Amino acid sequence: MTALTEAQPEAATLDEPRATRLAIIASHGTLDTAYPPFILATAAAAMDMEVAIFFTFYGLEIIKKGKADHLQVAPIANPAMPLPVPNIIGMLPGMTAAATAMMHNWMDRAHVPHLGELIDIARESGVRLIACQMSLDVLGLKRDDLIDGLEIGGAATFLEFASRNAITLTF
Amino acid sequence: MPVTADQTLDCSGLSCPMPIIKTRKALDTLSVGQVLKMIATDPGSQSDMDAFVKKTGHQLLAAEQDAGKFVFFIKKTR
Repeated sequence: MTALTEAQPEAATLDEPRATRLAIIASHGTLDTAYPPFILATAAAAMDMEVAIFFTFYGLEIIKKGKADHLQVAPIANPAMPLPVPNIIGMLPGMTAAATAMMHNWMDRAHVPHLGELIDIARESGVRLIACQMSLDVLGLKRDDLIDGLEIGGAATFLEFASRNAITLTF
Repeated sequence: MPVTADQTLDCSGLSCPMPIIKTRKALDTLSVGQVLKMIATDPGSQSDMDAFVKKTGHQLLAAEQDAGKFVFFIKKTR
């Protein structure tokens, strides 16, 4: 009896309910918004979680063929840039490219892996990448415009995955 | 007692999430009971390795800090 009582705290810790899935919605197509879904997805997969990312609207940009390492940073309406760019300057031609080049520079200095590399790791580690059929239709995209290793699905596909024991995040 | 490692993984210079991903890949190649020595320079890896073993159930035998490097000994438990 005594042993059983002592064992209880440990058992309670183990039985604590934990999410076993990570369900992410990626709805933006800029470089800085594309990173968090893939950093979290690959880390979660490494920690034994089942992961799915649902790409909707501009999020599809991330999984277009050859696009991952050419996404851009928006200098307009982005007061959080480490080097703040006034909107009136940000709208000038070439400023988006300049802000993007600056961001790549900072990320290389911090040894952040390229997005394409993270996408490869995600696919290798079984992360489900789901492209939203409706968004494909809206944006006039075809399956062939997207990278390999994707599923095409709708809201129900994502919800069915997310409805069981999942953490859900939106980017 | 010093911990001996069966395999060493150097993640120096790598940032999140690469140390976690590479640690997982290295553990996959080990047998249960074997120990992985992981070296990182990312200060976030201290908190991350704690969380990693908590979630995966592997065992963190020791964590050391030496001249800007963080060294972890992780025992594969399953």
